[in-house]
Amino acid sequence: MAAITTGVHAVAAHHEAHDDYAVQLRRNRLGLWLFFISEAFLFGGLLATRFYLWGNTRPELDQAIGLIVTSVLLLSSVSMRLAETAMEKGNRQLFSIFILLTAFFGLVFLGGVVIFEWGLIPAIYQGHLTPWGDKYGAVVFAMTGMHALHVVSGIVFIFIVWNLARKGHFSPQRHWGVESCAIYWHYVDVVWIFFYPALYLIGNAVHLSH
Amino acid sequence: MQLTSLGLVRGIIGYFVGLVIGMAVVMISRLALGMSAWDQEAGWVGGIVFATIGFMLAVGSMTDWLKWTRGVETPFHHGPPVGKPAWTRYFSVDYNHKVIGIQYGVTGFLLLIIGGSFALVFRAELADSGISFLQPGTYNTFLSMHAWVALASILLGVGGMANYLVPLMIGAEDMAFPRLNAFAYWINVPAIITLMISMLFGWDSGWTAYPPLSLRGPVGYQMVFWAIFGIGLSSILGSLNLIVTMLTMRPKGMTLFRMPIFCWAILATSIIQLTATQLIGLAFLMLSFERTLGMPFFNPLYNALGENIGGQPLLFQHLFWFYSHPAVYVFVLPGLGIISELLPVFARKPLFGYRWIALSSLAIALVGFLVWGHHMFTSGYGEYLRVVFMISTLLVAVPTGVKFFSWLGTLWGGRLTFPTPMLFTLGAISVFLIGGLSGPILATAATDLFLHDSYFVVGHFHATIFGGFVFPFFAAIYYWYPKITGRMYNETLGKIHFWLMTPGFWVMSLAQMTAGTMGMRRRIADYDPALGVEPVHMLITIAGFVIAFSILLMIYNLFTSAEVGALAGNNPWRSRSPEWQIPSPVPEHSYARPITVVGEPYDYGLAGSTYVAMAGAGDD
Repeated sequence: MAAITTGVHAVAAHHEAHDDYAVQLRRNRLGLWLFFISEAFLFGGLLATRFYLWGNTRPELDQAIGLIVTSVLLLSSVSMRLAETAMEKGNRQLFSIFILLTAFFGLVFLGGVVIFEWGLIPAIYQGHLTPWGDKYGAVVFAMTGMHALHVVSGIVFIFIVWNLARKGHFSPQRHWGVESCAIYWHYVDVVWIFFYPALYLIGNAVHLSH
Repeated sequence: MQLTSLGLVRGIIGYFVGLVIGMAVVMISRLALGMSAWDQEAGWVGGIVFATIGFMLAVGSMTDWLKWTRGVETPFHHGPPVGKPAWTRYFSVDYNHKVIGIQYGVTGFLLLIIGGSFALVFRAELADSGISFLQPGTYNTFLSMHAWVALASILLGVGGMANYLVPLMIGAEDMAFPRLNAFAYWINVPAIITLMISMLFGWDSGWTAYPPLSLRGPVGYQMVFWAIFGIGLSSILGSLNLIVTMLTMRPKGMTLFRMPIFCWAILATSIIQLTATQLIGLAFLMLSFERTLGMPFFNPLYNALGENIGGQPLLFQHLFWFYSHPAVYVFVLPGLGIISELLPVFARKPLFGYRWIALSSLAIALVGFLVWGHHMFTSGYGEYLRVVFMISTLLVAVPTGVKFFSWLGTLWGGRLTFPTPMLFTLGAISVFLIGGLSGPILATAATDLFLHDSYFVVGHFHATIFGGFVFPFFAAIYYWYPKITGRMYNETLGKIHFWLMTPGFWVMSLAQMTAGTMGMRRRIADYDPALGVEPVHMLITIAGFVIAFSILLMIYNLFTSAEVGALAGNNPWRSRSPEWQIPSPVPEHSYARPITVVGEPYDYGLAGSTYVAMAGAGDD
């Protein structure tokens, strides 16, 4: 939350003269990483649920879709890194291009999850699972849903940061807003690196009769 | 002054506007999907989520952040609101940690009274056998509400002590993230409103909300799930803030092992709150989704071949207790920190084994992550797990024992005085001892199989919570009351409070354990008089009312003394802690100049030793 603090505001957020940007930056970074540790328990709980209910089995999911969305998400981390580097070098134009590219990749990932994995628009793609059908559907929807929620918030975050940069709010020295957005995006990416094998690769595929 | 200038009033309006909008959104979506408009599960979930957001927006806890997203600067305003009476800041969003601490503390105390009153209601029912005035369903709702309201009150009470004291104790200007601090407090308020609404519909499982019962019961469960989710969010954000504050804002010279010992307790507590809380949030979220969408996480579902293609009820118990056992340490560690903090002051002696106490708090917190399965000895999980969880649970006794011996070592040979805070500290030790000694009996699988689900568990739990939280919380209120208000409480009334409440509690707790061993089950509205527990129940009920009366005395004392109490001065207890070296009540900016730590915190009675060097005026 404090993550959205832009360069100027991090200074204004605290009142006394001895509170300078570097001090607040240190606190913000620690706070963000503590938030990640906390979130790790949320995602860990979902993983524990998956192994408790599925054990050494997994549902029949479309492997092509899994591979494509995972690749796109990994690519988005590369473009996010390039965006941050551009900001560090003061190249605003390149920053805008790469951060919007990241958001685009994020939207592609989201589309892959919602339209194909979930089969939310049957006219385009008929999904295999329903959230209420069985334990496979329930856990797939819970894990991808919780992850997708974080991707959505990451995309919102990207647009906020992009808009602030457009208004000239960051500098190569002071861009906590960009930095936190980038770390958050990478974090959501890392979560998927654990979720992808847990959903698509580990265990024997089973086809349940209802 | 207009009523809507109070944040709380605006927030409540926002809550109900959000509730209506949320329900409407769900109904329109359902119509668009070709379903009937109203479904109480989905309708209420949508309503509660929007209501919470509505409250948080209307109260103003997100105003600054929303401005930041647009690139608008928000200068930091300090001090009471301009053009309004000073008291209004307590009912609105305020970023001063002392105001937020009081908000937490008072809300927590209020919930303690409400939760306690629920207990009095069903205690009256239990005083004799037979159903007198509470039907079993209503009885169960009161019992379950007593649990969650009281637990919420503890979390808020802990938040109050931590928010008020930690920045003062480490000489910091404020918390690391003041806006996040205010958000973390205010999210509790819509959650509490939601929890209270659940009473209209009822819910009957006790606080644990085990499926499948919680999946089949009335819609009140949905409100409980989301209320606890909100309170849990507060725990996570608040603890994050406290950890950053303690790790980055200590003054020059204050190494971690020179922090006041209460800060160590809060550090250990915060580690649990930051991480484990996610698991109960997740578990309750899954329950809510299973009820709303039918996602089978916990309810088994059989296909034509007889295979279970659905969920497992035991999964819930694992997720639930992974938080809810460590949560007990969240409830007691701050209180144990208060005991360690106060004893040296009233014994005029150094705290015995400072480092051991500091590390024992961490040890309790960390071992606490490995013991959840002792709540499930009778659940039917793998029998080999019983031994593992029994051993890990008994390990908790080691760091807890360290604390007891340190307290004894601190008292030993001290020049003791017995004002009310000291009495409550000693009372806390005695009560926590009852809770502690009854612990291993329940941690041992062989004995727990007989005592599980009995009143013995009720007695054990209440002794740990009263010893670990309620008594130390009261000690802390009396102790820091002069620092907060600038005036002394009435010592005589304080002592009467103590001498009513402490024996009252001893009787209540031991009688509960006795009833348990006589065969009284917990969480039932009626019992067979042939068990012979009727007189024991009468005793528990009378003791409960005595405790309640004594707390009324305390409230009277706190209210009147704020007006007529004697002026307390800066340091009535001759404490070495930094917050006692500044004026009472604490000024808006607590420390005029940064402080420096030059010695050990608890060297009471050692000639020439100092802990804190306060820079004088004009001294840079």
